Amino acid sequence: MSWFTRTVTASLGKKYIMALSGLVLGAFLLVHAAGNTTILLGRSAFLSYAGHLHAFDFALVGIEFLLLAFFLAHVVTGLVLFMQNMWARPERYAVNNNAGGRTWGSATMPYTGIIVFLFILVHLYNFHFIAPGAVIADVVAEVLGSPLYTVLYGIGLTALALHISHGFWSLFQSAGINHPKYNRFIIVCAWVIGGLIIAVFGIIVVMLLVNSNLLA
Amino acid sequence: MAAREISLNLKIWRQENQGKKGTFENYRLEKINSNMSFLEMIDVLNEKLTREGREPVAFDHDCREGICGMCGAVVDGIAHGPEKATTLCQLHMRHFRDGQTLTIEPFRARAFPIIRDLVVDRSAFDRIIQAGGFISVNTGSAPDANAIPVAQTKAELAMDAAACIGCGACVAACPNASAMLFVGAKISQLALLPQGGPEREKRALSMVRAMDREGFGNCSNERECEAVCPKSISIRNIARLNREFVRASLFSDENE
Repeated sequence: MSWFTRTVTASLGKKYIMALSGLVLGAFLLVHAAGNTTILLGRSAFLSYAGHLHAFDFALVGIEFLLLAFFLAHVVTGLVLFMQNMWARPERYAVNNNAGGRTWGSATMPYTGIIVFLFILVHLYNFHFIAPGAVIADVVAEVLGSPLYTVLYGIGLTALALHISHGFWSLFQSAGINHPKYNRFIIVCAWVIGGLIIAVFGIIVVMLLVNSNLLA
Repeated sequence: MAAREISLNLKIWRQENQGKKGTFENYRLEKINSNMSFLEMIDVLNEKLTREGREPVAFDHDCREGICGMCGAVVDGIAHGPEKATTLCQLHMRHFRDGQTLTIEPFRARAFPIIRDLVVDRSAFDRIIQAGGFISVNTGSAPDANAIPVAQTKAELAMDAAACIGCGACVAACPNASAMLFVGAKISQLALLPQGGPEREKRALSMVRAMDREGFGNCSNERECEAVCPKSISIRNIARLNREFVRASLFSDENE
């Protein structure tokens, strides 16, 4: 095996893959959240944002594939880790107790990951693979005007926020960045970013439900 | 502290050997002196079982003063029991209530096969140490104290890491049965000191490969290990392990 294969297949190598791909996906999410705030400004602002974004047509396809690669690396490595970790403890404990390390976010990482994965599939079906010529503002208004999707998006966003509340801190630890000088700061940032994402997307989803004329 | 006497209901994992299936058995103990250690309480149970002609509970122990790393079991879901920074032998019965029910299980991990009852085989740790947890120098006589300068802060961090007694509670407590706190501590104690320098990269690669071969799980930064560690080893040592492995994999000529 080459040095590269041995590094990325090692237990620590898989940590680096999770950390790096998680960082890229998280950064995309922040940009995505910032862009989507234009929905709150009304139809023309949102369409103008979408129009400007798609003016980068050629680059956009490349970026989409790059994002897909990081996404697949994160999902596949995560599933491998999940399976290996189950395998590493063949007989479970009769009594499970938290000694003080685990958080809701860390304890549910694989499960919130799977929920987010399904949520992204629904999300892409809703807004990415749409009929050619469809106006995005109308598609968004129609889909998120339905209470069923409000609930689905609510579940997806909550899982995402929990996932990030552990993932953001965790990626620093995996990258070896841990010092009492700034550990507290990183953990607070993880909560703030998780909270910010659920707040921004949550407000958009709720506003689209209660105000059917938002994108009219 | 005035001693109390408490009664306990014990649910203890009994397993004849690695191949046999284990099960919980219930025992009742009366008049346990609250100044006893947890292991002394099991001694009392074993005396009782022996007198009754039953098989005593097998458990590991040696120094009984918290420094050898031999003892350890999971009490009510927490490795080494409910007291922070305490080995099972240093845990005293005064921390338990009269009439309390305690579930006592062995450390569970594929890499720690059960030998009998609460005794597990932790030789996987020995093999990780054999892979690189040492320095290859001629020991000779003790060098002059000031011959090798070491910064005070580094010496403290190295000493904190070296406090690891290799008990395996980190593996037992990890939801993934990962051994990274142990390996992190063993790599850190040498990486922080000049004596560990020459073999630094080779050690990081060899020990991580050895850890992976033993079938431990992967660290997902749950922090349960440092919460149960009887020596309060920090996960800063896992972060250092991560740095050491990157350094060795990407920036050194070592190949392992």
